[in-house]
Amino acid sequence: MLETKIYLDNAATTKVSDNVLNAMLPYLKDGYGNPSSIYTLGRNAAIAMEEARSKVAKALGCDATEIYFTSGGSESDNWAIKSTAHMMAAKGKKHLITSAFEHHAVLHTMQALEKEGFEVTYLPVYENGIVHPEDVEKAIREDTALVTIMYANNEIGTIQPIPEIGLICKDKGVIFHTDAVQAVGNVHINVKEQNIDMLSLSGHKIHAQKGVGVLYVNKKYRLSPLIDGGAQERGRRAGTENIPGIVGLGVAITDACANVDAKNAKLKPMQDRIINEIMKIERTHLNGDRERRMASNLNFSFEGVEGESLLLQLDLQGIAASSGSACTSGSLDPSHVLLSIGLPHEVAHGSLRISMSEYTTDEEIDKLLEVLPGIVQKLRSMSPLWEHIIKGETFKIK
Amino acid sequence: MIYSEKVMDHFSNPRNIGELEDANGVGEVGNAKCGDIMKMYLKIENGIIADVKFKTFGCGAAIATSSIATEMIKGKPLTDALKLTNRAVVEALDGLPPAKIHCSVLAEQAIKSAIADYYTRQGIDPTPIVGKIEEHCDGCCDE
Repeated sequence: MLETKIYLDNAATTKVSDNVLNAMLPYLKDGYGNPSSIYTLGRNAAIAMEEARSKVAKALGCDATEIYFTSGGSESDNWAIKSTAHMMAAKGKKHLITSAFEHHAVLHTMQALEKEGFEVTYLPVYENGIVHPEDVEKAIREDTALVTIMYANNEIGTIQPIPEIGLICKDKGVIFHTDAVQAVGNVHINVKEQNIDMLSLSGHKIHAQKGVGVLYVNKKYRLSPLIDGGAQERGRRAGTENIPGIVGLGVAITDACANVDAKNAKLKPMQDRIINEIMKIERTHLNGDRERRMASNLNFSFEGVEGESLLLQLDLQGIAASSGSACTSGSLDPSHVLLSIGLPHEVAHGSLRISMSEYTTDEEIDKLLEVLPGIVQKLRSMSPLWEHIIKGETFKIK
Repeated sequence: MIYSEKVMDHFSNPRNIGELEDANGVGEVGNAKCGDIMKMYLKIENGIIADVKFKTFGCGAAIATSSIATEMIKGKPLTDALKLTNRAVVEALDGLPPAKIHCSVLAEQAIKSAIADYYTRQGIDPTPIVGKIEEHCDGCCDE
């Protein structure tokens, strides 16, 4: 099998950085103590964990007591949403607000709550993939328990007006959660200045390891645990802590947040170059707002081409990327994100997501731009759909 | 998603790809909304599939199943081609992931559809010979 030489799927996961690995190693080897233990080995683990907690708090602009370590973004989202919903339901509030293109960790949680009798409003994200703050304001009711809107979309990279939404929720007295799994390290986040009550993030998207994440919860709120058991995380999240992962996450988030401007300054010209070149291919669409998106993200649709074939052809050239086609999702429908911005199924099937990291180089982009137009052409030359498209026999696009 | 080496071979080097100018049986199945369309071109002489080509819009499995299906029917009598089952296509590819089995069904349908077109062009009702061909894939477009 050909080794992947060019990794352009950093929105899926990232490599562990040297800084992170070096910080983790001592806790995988000699410093393996359980932080709940009283002896030195355990205490040292506890100290390392609290240092990591302080680092996360500093990066997000909150107090260390407001940081809870979890197993990742999905757990954080589930915990924030389910526990808030149940807490507020006790006060008679059973209405939840979210957007149509959230990650499944949020959307499927919402669907589970709907089955329990909660009512959910799914806000539209329009053609450019941005939630309108005025829609949030209009949707808030007397019985609204929670607003949860993602900070940046995982597929099309659009950045949501989180500070504006935070302010609206603060004024209306509604709890505001954001899934910032993709945004951390790409945008400046400060939970206090931006009026965010709860925030989910994941380690493996920012060069820490898989299986570790964070939920920030404003200390005004006392969430009941999602996972019951021991007294870890001040009694809110049971289970022996993932010390190497937590230590790595502390380093990763410090690096990521210190690096936002430098990373964007590096990636923005690369993003512009890719858009300029790829949009020269006929019947190609850039999905998501051109400007209000993370510099690391690109998402195109190529009419007449199916996404999985595109990915396999890129893989044959040693390039790893992703697609929102049904075939890659394991379901029959293409990505709900692409459908939410109004793409027809036919066009959503032909999508390609390129997500860069600070390690992405100009040479890698050269290679991508060298091979991608030829791959699209090759797949179109064997596509009956492409025949229909050029004869004008098929779907219409705005 | 793990594809066999056979699937990857047929995906990267599809056999019999393209169009047949002098085809006398052409069939197209699937639809764009579901993400796969297969088009088969047959050149039938004296009841034998003298030549076959295909074009496919779809995933790796869709391309691989259509490619191997053309190999399995080329030079064969129509009666043999009509007996080609999706299961035989899957076996010839050393298996397919469960989510991709419908691609092999599509390949079987594409061949049947092209043969039906051949009979229709000959002025023969294809239904008693070919049977009924499902117009859509497994109900993925619930509109």
